[in-house]
Amino acid sequence: MFGTGIQLSEIYMVAGMAAVTFGIRYILFPVSGRMQFPRLFEKGLSYVPPAVLTAIIVPSVLMPDGKTLDLNLDNPYLIGAIAACIIGGVFKNLLLTIVLSMAVFLGVQWFFAVG
Amino acid sequence: MIRPDTPSRSNHSRVSLFFEGAKDTFPLVVGAVPFGIIFGALADTAGLSFGAAMGMSLFVFAGSAQFVAMGLAASGTPWPMIVVTTFVVNLRHMLYSATMVPFYKKLPHAWKIVLAFGLTDETFAVAVTRYSKHDGVSDKHYYNLGSMVFMYINWNLCTLIGLTAGKTFPEISRWGLDFAMPATFIGIVIPYLASKPMWAAVATAGTVSIAAQGLPHKLGLMVAALAGVTAGVVCEKLFRDRKKGK
Repeated sequence: MFGTGIQLSEIYMVAGMAAVTFGIRYILFPVSGRMQFPRLFEKGLSYVPPAVLTAIIVPSVLMPDGKTLDLNLDNPYLIGAIAACIIGGVFKNLLLTIVLSMAVFLGVQWFFAVG
Repeated sequence: MIRPDTPSRSNHSRVSLFFEGAKDTFPLVVGAVPFGIIFGALADTAGLSFGAAMGMSLFVFAGSAQFVAMGLAASGTPWPMIVVTTFVVNLRHMLYSATMVPFYKKLPHAWKIVLAFGLTDETFAVAVTRYSKHDGVSDKHYYNLGSMVFMYINWNLCTLIGLTAGKTFPEISRWGLDFAMPATFIGIVIPYLASKPMWAAVATAGTVSIAAQGLPHKLGLMVAALAGVTAGVVCEKLFRDRKKGK
């Protein structure tokens, strides 16, 4: 399709990934008209976004290599995340939180690379 | 000139909802920029062709799953295994669509298909906040669509830039721009932390995510998320019972 050396196995991979991802995001909508979620389940849904995102954030910050826990203060991901929590908590501004904590992260990373 | 006032007014509110959705997604788009560029830039090193990397952004449209898939492809994992892992990594999106079911209930089928395709972490977070506001505004699916379209165009543009820049600056992947994702997600989570059950949910999810990191196929993510949700529900119930006087 793209004509830039995409292999057959890659086409299978992308098609498979697209199918399962869309399937997961879509499957509940056609069946939803015929069912009613239990109340407890509906209550749980309000905790979904922060719980899921935290489960992504914490390992990527505390285990930058994906295997070992790095709680040292020369871990730029940890310092950047602490900065993001403070900036976000104080200013309550999403864009500011992202931009400033990125700056802190890059600064710390540069500092430890140079020094 | 005579302007047909009534129909254009309802059109206008839909258009403005679309742009409001795009505008509210702007900070998350900024956070996704480095993430998308890195994805494109790493593709060559990981042994993915231009078409495969671009195809993922165009048809899969799932940032973290694309990164995981790329990592697996780099280590020579066969494609069926990559598809299975993608399924597990994206399972959390079923929790998202479960949340959206009541909001999408009255929409035509085509809308459900389009919005389901774009139900990423970012658009879900923005749209669910807007849907949950009881302000009597209808047509919020246009808001949802605006958020999704902005994320989609940005994600694909950044992938393209990364694919091109990766050849010019091969060291771009070592700049540590991957911190943009946790930074963005922290910014999304903070406003939620307004009640004790929410703190319990987040603390539990975070702790379990570390403990369960070693599980295969990134299953730890799902285990941690479910543990967090359970902790929130249980904690909410405990507080309510105590207020009622046991």
